[in-house]
Amino acid sequence: MVRFIDVHKEYDNGTKALKGVSVRIDDGEFVFLVGPSGSGKSTLIKLITAEIAPTDGRVMVNGFNLNTITPRQVPLMRRTLGIIFQDFRLIEKKTVYDNLAFSMRAIGASNRELRRRIPYVLQLVGLDQKGDRFPGQLSGGEQQRVAIARALVNNPSMIIADEPTGNLDPQRSLEIMMLLERINELGTTVLVVTHEKNLVNRFTKRVVAIENGRIISDGTGGYYHGEKI
Amino acid sequence: MARRFDAGYYVSEGFHSIFTHGFMSFAAVCMIVACLIIMGSFTLLAVNLDNMLGDLENENEMVVYIDDSLNEEQARVLQPKLAQVDNVAQLTFITKTAALEEFKSKRGNNALLDDLPEDTLRDRYTVHVTDIERMAQTKAALEAVEGVAWVRAAIEIANGFVLVRNIATGVAMALIGVLLVVSLFIIANTIKLATFYRREEIAIMKMCGATDGFIEWPFVVEGMILGLTGAFIAFFVQWGLYQLVAKLAIQGNGLSLVTMISYSSMATTILAVFCAVGAVIGVGGSLLAIRKFLQV
Repeated sequence: MVRFIDVHKEYDNGTKALKGVSVRIDDGEFVFLVGPSGSGKSTLIKLITAEIAPTDGRVMVNGFNLNTITPRQVPLMRRTLGIIFQDFRLIEKKTVYDNLAFSMRAIGASNRELRRRIPYVLQLVGLDQKGDRFPGQLSGGEQQRVAIARALVNNPSMIIADEPTGNLDPQRSLEIMMLLERINELGTTVLVVTHEKNLVNRFTKRVVAIENGRIISDGTGGYYHGEKI
Repeated sequence: MARRFDAGYYVSEGFHSIFTHGFMSFAAVCMIVACLIIMGSFTLLAVNLDNMLGDLENENEMVVYIDDSLNEEQARVLQPKLAQVDNVAQLTFITKTAALEEFKSKRGNNALLDDLPEDTLRDRYTVHVTDIERMAQTKAALEAVEGVAWVRAAIEIANGFVLVRNIATGVAMALIGVLLVVSLFIIANTIKLATFYRREEIAIMKMCGATDGFIEWPFVVEGMILGLTGAFIAFFVQWGLYQLVAKLAIQGNGLSLVTMISYSSMATTILAVFCAVGAVIGVGGSLLAIRKFLQV
Protein backbone atom coordinates (compact mmCIF):
# COMPACT_ATOMS: atom_id res chain seq x y z
CA MET A 1 0.00 0.00 0.00
CA VAL A 2 1.25 3.47 -0.90
CA ARG A 3 -0.01 6.56 0.82
CA PHE A 4 0.96 10.19 0.16
CA ILE A 5 -0.46 12.80 2.53
CA ASP A 6 -0.07 16.44 1.49
CA VAL A 7 3.42 15.77 0.07
CA HIS A 8 5.59 18.63 -1.11
CA LYS A 9 8.95 18.29 -2.79
CA GLU A 10 11.24 21.19 -3.54
CA TYR A 11 14.66 20.48 -5.05
CA ASP A 12 17.83 22.32 -4.05
CA ASN A 13 17.62 24.48 -7.18
CA GLY A 14 14.22 25.80 -6.03
CA THR A 15 12.07 23.70 -8.40
CA LYS A 16 8.79 22.78 -6.71
CA ALA A 17 8.09 19.35 -8.19
CA LEU A 18 5.18 18.33 -5.97
CA LYS A 19 2.73 20.73 -4.32
CA GLY A 20 0.53 19.06 -1.75
CA VAL A 21 0.00 15.63 -3.36
CA SER A 22 -2.32 13.24 -1.52
CA VAL A 23 -2.97 9.84 -3.04
CA ARG A 24 -3.57 6.30 -1.85
CA ILE A 25 -2.91 3.05 -3.73
CA ASP A 26 -4.27 -0.02 -1.99
CA ASP A 27 -2.88 -3.55 -2.14
CA GLY A 28 -3.91 -5.39 -5.31
CA GLU A 29 -4.79 -2.25 -7.32
CA PHE A 30 -3.71 -1.52 -10.91
CA VAL A 31 -3.08 2.20 -11.34
CA PHE A 32 -1.94 4.31 -14.27
CA LEU A 33 -0.05 7.48 -13.33
CA VAL A 34 -0.28 9.87 -16.26
CA GLY A 35 0.88 13.39 -16.99
CA PRO A 36 3.07 15.43 -19.32
CA SER A 37 6.84 15.77 -19.00
CA GLY A 38 7.85 17.78 -15.94
CA SER A 39 4.52 17.20 -14.24
CA GLY A 40 6.05 15.44 -11.21
CA LYS A 41 5.62 11.76 -12.16
CA SER A 42 9.30 10.91 -11.79
CA THR A 43 9.53 12.76 -8.49
CA LEU A 44 6.58 10.76 -7.21
CA ILE A 45 8.29 7.48 -8.21
CA LYS A 46 11.59 8.56 -6.66
CA LEU A 47 9.76 9.31 -3.42
CA ILE A 48 8.21 5.82 -3.42
CA THR A 49 11.60 4.18 -3.99
CA ALA A 50 13.23 6.40 -1.32
CA GLU A 51 15.74 7.84 -3.76
CA ILE A 52 14.72 11.25 -2.44
CA ALA A 53 12.94 12.45 0.70
CA PRO A 54 9.87 14.70 0.80
CA THR A 55 10.28 18.32 1.79
CA ASP A 56 6.99 18.18 3.64
CA GLY A 57 4.09 15.76 4.12
CA ARG A 58 4.01 12.03 4.83
CA VAL A 59 4.89 9.08 2.59
CA MET A 60 4.06 5.48 3.55
CA VAL A 61 5.11 2.52 1.36
CA ASN A 62 4.24 -1.10 2.18
CA GLY A 63 4.27 -0.44 5.91
CA PHE A 64 7.42 1.72 5.93
CA ASN A 65 7.17 5.37 6.98
CA LEU A 66 9.59 7.03 4.54
CA ASN A 67 9.76 10.17 6.67
CA THR A 68 11.48 8.25 9.46
CA ILE A 69 13.05 5.35 7.56
CA THR A 70 16.71 4.66 8.44
CA PRO A 71 19.37 3.98 5.77
CA ARG A 72 19.51 0.34 6.93
CA GLN A 73 15.77 -0.05 6.39
CA VAL A 74 15.78 1.34 2.84
CA PRO A 75 16.99 -1.94 1.21
CA LEU A 76 14.32 -3.84 3.16
CA MET A 77 11.64 -1.46 1.89
CA ARG A 78 12.92 -1.73 -1.70
CA ARG A 79 12.60 -5.53 -1.54
CA THR A 80 8.85 -5.02 -1.37
CA LEU A 81 9.01 -3.23 -4.74
CA GLY A 82 9.81 -4.41 -8.26
CA ILE A 83 10.90 -1.66 -10.62
CA ILE A 84 10.71 -1.70 -14.43
CA PHE A 85 12.42 0.98 -16.50
CA GLN A 86 11.74 2.29 -19.98
CA ASP A 87 15.29 1.39 -21.10
CA PHE A 88 15.11 -2.11 -19.52
CA ARG A 89 18.43 -1.67 -17.67
CA LEU A 90 19.54 -5.25 -18.16
CA ILE A 91 23.16 -6.26 -17.67
CA GLU A 92 24.37 -6.97 -21.18
CA LYS A 93 27.19 -9.30 -20.10
CA LYS A 94 24.85 -11.61 -18.21
CA THR A 95 22.37 -14.10 -19.63
CA VAL A 96 18.64 -13.74 -18.98
CA TYR A 97 18.92 -16.33 -16.20
CA ASP A 98 21.92 -14.56 -14.66
CA ASN A 99 20.16 -11.18 -14.79
CA LEU A 100 17.41 -12.65 -12.65
CA ALA A 101 19.87 -14.53 -10.43
CA PHE A 102 21.79 -11.27 -9.91
CA SER A 103 18.63 -9.64 -8.61
CA MET A 104 17.85 -12.56 -6.29
CA ARG A 105 21.40 -12.80 -4.96
CA ALA A 106 21.25 -9.10 -4.16
CA ILE A 107 18.77 -9.92 -1.42
CA GLY A 108 20.62 -13.00 -0.19
CA ALA A 109 18.76 -15.82 -1.96
CA SER A 110 20.39 -19.26 -1.98
CA ASN A 111 21.20 -21.23 -5.15
CA ARG A 112 18.31 -23.58 -4.34
CA GLU A 113 15.90 -20.64 -4.23
CA LEU A 114 17.29 -19.40 -7.54
CA ARG A 115 16.79 -22.78 -9.22
CA ARG A 116 13.22 -22.97 -7.96
CA ARG A 117 12.05 -19.41 -8.59
CA ILE A 118 13.70 -18.30 -11.86
CA PRO A 119 12.20 -20.95 -14.18
CA TYR A 120 8.75 -20.21 -12.75
CA VAL A 121 9.05 -16.46 -13.38
CA LEU A 122 10.51 -16.95 -16.86
CA GLN A 123 7.55 -19.18 -17.71
CA LEU A 124 5.19 -16.52 -16.36
CA VAL A 125 6.57 -13.91 -18.78
CA GLY A 126 6.81 -16.42 -21.65
CA LEU A 127 10.60 -16.65 -21.82
CA ASP A 128 11.15 -20.09 -20.36
CA GLN A 129 13.09 -21.17 -23.46
CA LYS A 130 15.38 -18.13 -23.49
CA GLY A 131 17.12 -18.25 -20.13
CA ASP A 132 20.54 -18.80 -21.71
CA ARG A 133 20.27 -15.88 -24.15
CA PHE A 134 22.02 -12.55 -23.67
CA PRO A 135 19.91 -9.34 -23.74
CA GLY A 136 21.47 -8.33 -27.05
CA GLN A 137 20.07 -11.48 -28.64
CA LEU A 138 16.48 -10.56 -27.72
CA SER A 139 13.91 -8.16 -29.24
CA GLY A 140 12.85 -5.01 -27.37
CA GLY A 141 9.63 -6.63 -26.22
CA GLU A 142 11.50 -9.68 -24.97
CA GLN A 143 14.02 -7.51 -23.15
CA GLN A 144 11.17 -5.71 -21.40
CA ARG A 145 9.73 -9.11 -20.43
CA VAL A 146 13.11 -9.95 -18.87
CA ALA A 147 12.96 -6.66 -16.98
CA ILE A 148 9.46 -7.57 -15.77
CA ALA A 149 10.68 -11.03 -14.76
CA ARG A 150 13.54 -9.45 -12.86
CA ALA A 151 11.11 -7.13 -11.07
CA LEU A 152 8.90 -10.11 -10.20
CA VAL A 153 11.56 -12.60 -9.22
CA ASN A 154 11.88 -11.40 -5.64
CA ASN A 155 8.09 -11.66 -5.21
CA PRO A 156 7.44 -7.98 -4.43
CA SER A 157 4.09 -6.76 -3.22
CA MET A 158 4.17 -3.89 -5.73
CA ILE A 159 5.49 -3.42 -9.27
CA ILE A 160 6.37 0.09 -10.44
CA ALA A 161 6.72 0.37 -14.20
CA ASP A 162 8.24 3.66 -15.35
CA GLU A 163 7.25 4.17 -19.03
CA PRO A 164 7.55 0.40 -19.67
CA THR A 165 6.40 0.67 -23.29
CA GLY A 166 8.29 3.81 -24.26
CA ASN A 167 10.73 1.89 -26.48
CA LEU A 168 8.25 -0.61 -27.96
CA ASP A 169 5.91 -0.72 -30.96
CA PRO A 170 2.11 -0.69 -30.30
CA GLN A 171 1.70 -4.48 -30.55
CA ARG A 172 4.59 -5.20 -28.13
CA SER A 173 3.33 -2.42 -25.85
CA LEU A 174 -0.09 -4.04 -25.65
CA GLU A 175 1.48 -7.41 -24.86
CA ILE A 176 3.54 -5.92 -22.06
CA MET A 177 0.51 -4.15 -20.61
CA MET A 178 -1.51 -7.39 -20.76
CA LEU A 179 1.32 -9.17 -18.97
CA LEU A 180 1.27 -6.52 -16.23
CA GLU A 181 -2.50 -6.92 -15.98
CA ARG A 182 -2.04 -10.66 -15.53
CA ILE A 183 0.57 -10.10 -12.85
CA ASN A 184 -1.91 -7.81 -11.11
CA GLU A 185 -4.57 -10.51 -11.27
CA LEU A 186 -2.15 -12.79 -9.43
CA GLY A 187 -2.25 -10.33 -6.51
CA THR A 188 0.63 -7.89 -7.08
CA THR A 189 -0.12 -4.17 -6.94
CA VAL A 190 0.90 -2.49 -10.21
CA LEU A 191 1.66 1.20 -10.77
CA VAL A 192 2.34 2.11 -14.40
CA VAL A 193 3.73 5.52 -15.27
CA THR A 194 2.95 6.39 -18.88
CA HIS A 195 1.76 9.07 -21.25
CA GLU A 196 0.51 6.70 -23.95
CA LYS A 197 -3.12 7.71 -24.21
CA ASN A 198 -4.27 4.92 -26.55
CA LEU A 199 -2.77 2.23 -24.41
CA VAL A 200 -4.34 3.53 -21.20
CA ASN A 201 -7.71 3.81 -22.91
CA ARG A 202 -7.70 0.10 -23.79
CA PHE A 203 -7.78 -0.83 -20.10
CA THR A 204 -10.52 0.04 -17.66
CA LYS A 205 -8.22 0.86 -14.79
CA ARG A 206 -7.78 3.61 -12.24
CA VAL A 207 -5.98 6.61 -13.73
CA VAL A 208 -4.25 9.23 -11.59
CA ALA A 209 -3.39 12.36 -13.57
CA ILE A 210 -0.72 14.75 -12.35
CA GLU A 211 0.17 18.14 -13.74
CA ASN A 212 2.41 20.89 -12.47
CA GLY A 213 3.03 19.00 -9.23
CA ARG A 214 -0.63 18.52 -8.37
CA ILE A 215 -3.09 15.62 -8.76
CA ILE A 216 -5.70 16.98 -11.15
CA SER A 217 -7.86 13.87 -11.51
CA ASP A 218 -8.15 10.42 -10.00
CA GLY A 219 -10.77 7.96 -11.28
CA THR A 220 -11.48 4.73 -13.08
CA GLY A 221 -12.38 4.18 -16.67
CA GLY A 222 -10.23 6.07 -19.07
CA TYR A 223 -7.30 8.28 -19.89
CA TYR A 224 -7.06 11.79 -18.48
CA HIS A 225 -10.77 11.85 -17.58
CA GLY A 226 -12.52 13.59 -20.38
CA GLU A 227 -9.41 15.02 -22.04
CA LYS A 228 -8.75 17.41 -19.17
CA ILE A 229 -5.06 17.51 -19.96
CA MET B 1 14.65 -14.65 2.03
CA ALA B 2 17.19 -14.33 4.79
CA ARG B 3 20.24 -12.14 4.41
CA ARG B 4 23.43 -14.16 4.60
CA PHE B 5 27.13 -13.70 4.06
CA ASP B 6 27.87 -15.52 0.81
CA ALA B 7 31.69 -15.51 0.78
CA GLY B 8 31.85 -17.84 -2.24
CA TYR B 9 29.72 -15.46 -4.28
CA TYR B 10 31.77 -12.40 -3.29
CA VAL B 11 35.08 -14.08 -4.15
CA SER B 12 33.75 -15.41 -7.43
CA GLU B 13 32.31 -12.00 -8.39
CA GLY B 14 35.56 -10.27 -7.37
CA PHE B 15 37.68 -12.58 -9.56
CA HIS B 16 35.18 -12.49 -12.41
CA SER B 17 35.14 -8.70 -12.37
CA ILE B 18 38.96 -8.50 -12.62
CA PHE B 19 38.92 -10.47 -15.88
CA THR B 20 35.77 -8.80 -17.23
CA HIS B 21 37.41 -5.38 -16.84
CA GLY B 22 40.88 -6.61 -17.80
CA PHE B 23 42.43 -3.35 -18.96
CA MET B 24 41.31 -1.37 -15.91
CA SER B 25 42.55 -4.16 -13.65
CA PHE B 26 45.91 -4.05 -15.42
CA ALA B 27 46.04 -0.26 -14.99
CA ALA B 28 45.23 -0.54 -11.28
CA VAL B 29 47.93 -3.21 -10.72
CA CYS B 30 50.48 -1.05 -12.58
CA MET B 31 49.61 1.93 -10.37
CA ILE B 32 49.95 -0.17 -7.22
CA VAL B 33 53.32 -1.52 -8.39
CA ALA B 34 54.57 1.98 -9.20
CA CYS B 35 53.40 3.40 -5.86
CA LEU B 36 54.87 0.51 -3.86
CA ILE B 37 58.23 0.74 -5.62
CA ILE B 38 58.47 4.48 -5.02
CA MET B 39 57.51 4.04 -1.36
CA GLY B 40 59.73 0.97 -1.02
CA SER B 41 62.74 2.77 -2.51
CA PHE B 42 62.39 5.64 -0.04
CA THR B 43 61.96 3.23 2.83
CA LEU B 44 65.00 1.16 1.85
CA LEU B 45 67.02 4.36 1.48
CA ALA B 46 65.94 5.42 4.98
CA VAL B 47 66.70 1.97 6.43
CA ASN B 48 70.17 1.89 4.88
CA LEU B 49 70.90 5.44 5.99
CA ASP B 50 69.81 4.51 9.49
CA ASN B 51 72.04 1.44 9.40
CA MET B 52 75.05 3.45 8.23
CA LEU B 53 74.46 6.03 10.97
CA GLY B 54 74.19 3.18 13.46
CA ASP B 55 77.60 1.88 12.36
CA LEU B 56 79.09 5.34 12.73
CA GLU B 57 77.48 5.67 16.16
CA ASN B 58 79.05 2.40 17.23
CA GLU B 59 82.47 3.78 16.42
CA ASN B 60 81.78 6.75 18.68
CA GLU B 61 83.13 5.33 21.94
CA MET B 62 83.73 6.89 25.36
CA VAL B 63 87.01 6.45 27.26
CA VAL B 64 86.95 6.09 31.04
CA TYR B 65 90.35 7.01 32.54
CA ILE B 66 91.21 5.37 35.86
CA ASP B 67 92.76 7.32 38.73
CA ASP B 68 96.58 7.14 38.90
CA SER B 69 96.45 6.00 42.51
CA LEU B 70 94.92 2.63 41.46
CA ASN B 71 97.16 -0.17 40.24
CA GLU B 72 96.13 -2.49 37.36
CA GLU B 73 94.49 -5.06 39.65
CA GLN B 74 92.44 -2.37 41.39
CA ALA B 75 91.51 -0.88 38.01
CA ARG B 76 90.24 -4.24 36.77
CA VAL B 77 88.08 -4.58 39.89
CA LEU B 78 86.16 -1.51 38.73
CA GLN B 79 84.81 -3.33 35.66
CA PRO B 80 81.62 -4.77 37.29
CA LYS B 81 80.75 -1.39 38.79
CA LEU B 82 81.19 0.36 35.46
CA ALA B 83 79.23 -2.34 33.66
CA GLN B 84 76.29 -1.75 36.01
CA VAL B 85 75.98 1.89 34.91
CA ASP B 86 72.80 2.36 32.89
CA ASN B 87 73.21 2.52 29.08
CA VAL B 88 76.65 0.85 29.08
CA ALA B 89 76.62 -1.79 26.36
CA GLN B 90 80.23 -2.93 26.18
CA LEU B 91 83.38 -2.37 28.23
CA THR B 92 86.99 -3.11 27.23
CA PHE B 93 89.87 -2.73 29.64
CA ILE B 94 93.13 -1.32 28.30
CA THR B 95 96.21 -1.31 30.49
CA LYS B 96 98.47 1.73 30.58
CA THR B 97 101.17 -0.35 28.81
CA ALA B 98 98.81 -1.32 26.00
CA ALA B 99 97.61 2.25 25.74
CA LEU B 100 101.18 3.48 25.38
CA GLU B 101 101.94 0.89 22.70
CA GLU B 102 98.89 1.98 20.73
CA PHE B 103 99.88 5.62 21.21
CA LYS B 104 103.32 4.89 19.80
CA SER B 105 102.11 2.79 16.90
CA LYS B 106 99.68 5.54 15.84
CA ARG B 107 102.65 7.88 15.60
CA GLY B 108 104.75 5.54 13.50
CA ASN B 109 106.83 4.26 16.44
CA ASN B 110 108.73 7.52 16.48
CA ALA B 111 112.14 7.06 18.17
CA LEU B 112 111.53 10.17 20.28
CA LEU B 113 108.82 8.27 22.13
CA ASP B 114 110.98 5.27 23.01
CA ASP B 115 112.10 6.65 26.34
CA LEU B 116 108.65 7.38 27.66
CA PRO B 117 108.08 5.68 31.01
CA GLU B 118 105.61 2.74 31.17
CA ASP B 119 103.22 4.69 33.39
CA THR B 120 102.95 7.75 31.18
CA LEU B 121 99.33 6.99 30.38
CA ARG B 122 96.47 5.81 32.61
CA ASP B 123 94.67 2.49 32.70
CA ARG B 124 91.38 2.94 30.89
CA TYR B 125 88.16 1.39 29.67
CA THR B 126 86.62 1.99 26.28
CA VAL B 127 82.84 2.10 26.57
CA HIS B 128 80.14 1.64 23.92
CA VAL B 129 76.65 2.80 24.85
CA THR B 130 73.24 1.40 23.96
CA ASP B 131 71.55 4.74 23.33
CA ILE B 132 73.74 7.49 21.98
CA GLU B 133 71.13 10.12 22.92
CA ARG B 134 71.81 9.47 26.65
CA MET B 135 75.57 9.84 26.33
CA ALA B 136 75.80 12.90 28.59
CA GLN B 137 73.95 11.20 31.47
CA THR B 138 76.08 8.07 31.03
CA LYS B 139 79.25 10.14 31.11
CA ALA B 140 78.17 11.76 34.40
CA ALA B 141 77.25 8.40 35.90
CA LEU B 142 80.62 6.88 34.94
CA GLU B 143 82.48 9.86 36.40
CA ALA B 144 80.61 9.35 39.66
CA VAL B 145 82.13 5.86 40.08
CA GLU B 146 84.91 5.92 42.71
CA GLY B 147 88.32 5.40 41.10
CA VAL B 148 87.42 7.07 37.79
CA ALA B 149 89.61 10.10 37.06
CA TRP B 150 87.61 11.44 34.16
CA VAL B 151 85.65 10.41 31.09
CA ARG B 152 86.20 11.52 27.51
CA ALA B 153 83.08 11.55 25.36
CA ALA B 154 82.40 13.32 22.08
CA ILE B 155 78.93 14.43 23.09
CA GLU B 156 78.65 17.07 20.34
CA ILE B 157 79.39 14.47 17.67
CA ALA B 158 76.87 12.10 19.26
CA ASN B 159 74.25 14.84 19.27
CA GLY B 160 75.08 15.49 15.62
CA PHE B 161 74.44 11.85 14.77
CA VAL B 162 71.15 11.93 16.67
CA LEU B 163 70.06 15.07 14.85
CA VAL B 164 70.96 13.66 11.41
CA ARG B 165 69.18 10.38 12.20
CA ASN B 166 66.05 12.18 13.47
CA ILE B 167 65.90 14.45 10.41
CA ALA B 168 66.45 11.51 8.03
CA THR B 169 63.77 9.43 9.77
CA GLY B 170 61.33 12.37 9.87
CA VAL B 171 61.82 13.23 6.19
CA ALA B 172 61.50 9.57 5.16
CA MET B 173 58.36 9.07 7.24
CA ALA B 174 56.77 12.26 5.89
CA LEU B 175 57.56 11.26 2.29
CA ILE B 176 56.25 7.74 2.81
CA GLY B 177 53.08 9.12 4.43
CA VAL B 178 52.48 11.56 1.56
CA LEU B 179 53.15 8.85 -1.03
CA LEU B 180 50.76 6.49 0.75
CA VAL B 181 47.95 9.05 0.65
CA VAL B 182 48.72 9.96 -2.98
CA SER B 183 48.76 6.25 -3.88
CA LEU B 184 45.40 5.73 -2.22
CA PHE B 185 43.82 8.48 -4.30
CA ILE B 186 45.49 7.34 -7.52
CA ILE B 187 44.25 3.80 -6.95
CA ALA B 188 40.81 5.12 -5.96
CA ASN B 189 40.63 7.06 -9.22
CA THR B 190 41.81 4.11 -11.28
CA ILE B 191 39.25 1.82 -9.65
CA LYS B 192 36.65 4.59 -9.94
CA LEU B 193 37.11 4.47 -13.70
CA ALA B 194 36.55 0.71 -13.60
CA THR B 195 33.56 1.18 -11.32
CA PHE B 196 32.09 3.82 -13.58
CA TYR B 197 31.36 1.12 -16.14
CA ARG B 198 29.45 -0.76 -13.47
CA ARG B 199 27.39 2.10 -12.04
CA GLU B 200 24.34 0.67 -13.82
CA GLU B 201 24.82 -2.70 -12.13
CA ILE B 202 25.16 -0.97 -8.76
CA ALA B 203 22.01 1.09 -9.39
CA ILE B 204 20.09 -2.09 -10.33
CA MET B 205 21.30 -3.86 -7.19
CA LYS B 206 20.29 -0.88 -5.04
CA MET B 207 16.83 -0.85 -6.60
CA CYS B 208 16.49 -4.60 -5.94
CA GLY B 209 17.11 -3.97 -2.27
CA ALA B 210 20.77 -4.97 -2.01
CA THR B 211 22.51 -3.65 1.07
CA ASP B 212 25.63 -1.50 0.71
CA GLY B 213 27.64 -4.35 2.22
CA PHE B 214 26.46 -6.80 -0.42
CA ILE B 215 27.50 -4.39 -3.17
CA GLU B 216 30.81 -3.49 -1.54
CA TRP B 217 32.14 -6.99 -0.77
CA PRO B 218 32.96 -8.03 -4.38
CA PHE B 219 34.78 -4.70 -4.79
CA VAL B 220 36.67 -5.32 -1.55
CA VAL B 221 37.70 -8.75 -2.82
CA GLU B 222 38.68 -7.27 -6.17
CA GLY B 223 40.71 -4.48 -4.52
CA MET B 224 42.41 -7.01 -2.26
CA ILE B 225 43.38 -9.25 -5.19
CA LEU B 226 44.65 -6.29 -7.24
CA GLY B 227 46.56 -4.95 -4.21
CA LEU B 228 48.21 -8.30 -3.43
CA THR B 229 49.05 -8.94 -7.08
CA GLY B 230 50.65 -5.49 -7.25
CA ALA B 231 52.51 -6.19 -4.00
CA PHE B 232 54.04 -9.44 -5.29
CA ILE B 233 55.11 -7.86 -8.57
CA ALA B 234 56.52 -4.80 -6.78
CA PHE B 235 58.44 -7.06 -4.36
CA PHE B 236 60.35 -8.76 -7.16
CA VAL B 237 60.88 -5.59 -9.21
CA GLN B 238 62.13 -3.85 -6.07
CA TRP B 239 64.52 -6.75 -5.47
CA GLY B 240 65.99 -6.36 -8.96
CA LEU B 241 66.34 -2.59 -8.59
CA TYR B 242 67.93 -2.91 -5.16
CA GLN B 243 70.48 -5.44 -6.39
CA LEU B 244 71.33 -3.12 -9.28
CA VAL B 245 71.78 -0.10 -7.00
CA ALA B 246 73.83 -2.18 -4.52
CA LYS B 247 76.11 -3.35 -7.32
CA LEU B 248 76.64 0.22 -8.55
CA ALA B 249 77.25 1.45 -4.98
CA ILE B 250 79.92 -1.20 -4.38
CA GLN B 251 81.62 -0.47 -7.72
CA GLY B 252 81.85 3.27 -6.99
CA ASN B 253 82.74 2.80 -3.34
CA GLY B 254 86.48 2.36 -3.16
CA LEU B 255 86.80 3.46 0.46
CA SER B 256 83.92 1.20 1.58
CA LEU B 257 82.16 4.21 3.13
CA VAL B 258 78.80 2.94 1.91
CA THR B 259 77.50 -0.31 3.31
CA MET B 260 74.14 -1.75 2.22
CA ILE B 261 71.95 -4.28 3.96
CA SER B 262 71.28 -7.36 1.82
CA TYR B 263 67.77 -7.50 0.31
CA SER B 264 67.34 -11.16 1.22
CA SER B 265 67.83 -10.37 4.90
CA MET B 266 64.87 -7.95 4.69
CA ALA B 267 62.82 -9.92 2.14
CA THR B 268 60.20 -11.34 4.52
CA THR B 269 59.58 -7.95 6.11
CA ILE B 270 59.43 -6.17 2.74
CA LEU B 271 56.98 -8.73 1.34
CA ALA B 272 54.78 -8.49 4.44
CA VAL B 273 54.78 -4.69 4.34
CA PHE B 274 54.12 -4.60 0.58
CA CYS B 275 51.24 -7.05 0.96
CA ALA B 276 49.77 -5.07 3.84
CA VAL B 277 50.12 -1.72 2.04
CA GLY B 278 48.93 -3.22 -1.26
CA ALA B 279 45.85 -4.68 0.41
CA VAL B 280 45.11 -1.41 2.23
CA ILE B 281 45.40 0.76 -0.89
CA GLY B 282 43.52 -1.82 -3.00
CA VAL B 283 40.63 -2.21 -0.59
CA GLY B 284 40.66 1.45 0.51
CA GLY B 285 40.75 2.58 -3.11
CA SER B 286 37.84 0.31 -4.01
CA LEU B 287 35.71 1.54 -1.13
CA LEU B 288 36.53 5.18 -1.90
CA ALA B 289 35.66 4.59 -5.56
CA ILE B 290 32.24 3.02 -5.09
CA ARG B 291 31.11 5.28 -2.23
CA LYS B 292 29.70 7.80 -4.71
CA PHE B 293 27.71 5.18 -6.63
CA LEU B 294 26.16 3.79 -3.46
CA GLN B 295 24.33 7.05 -2.77
CA VAL B 296 21.17 6.01 -4.62
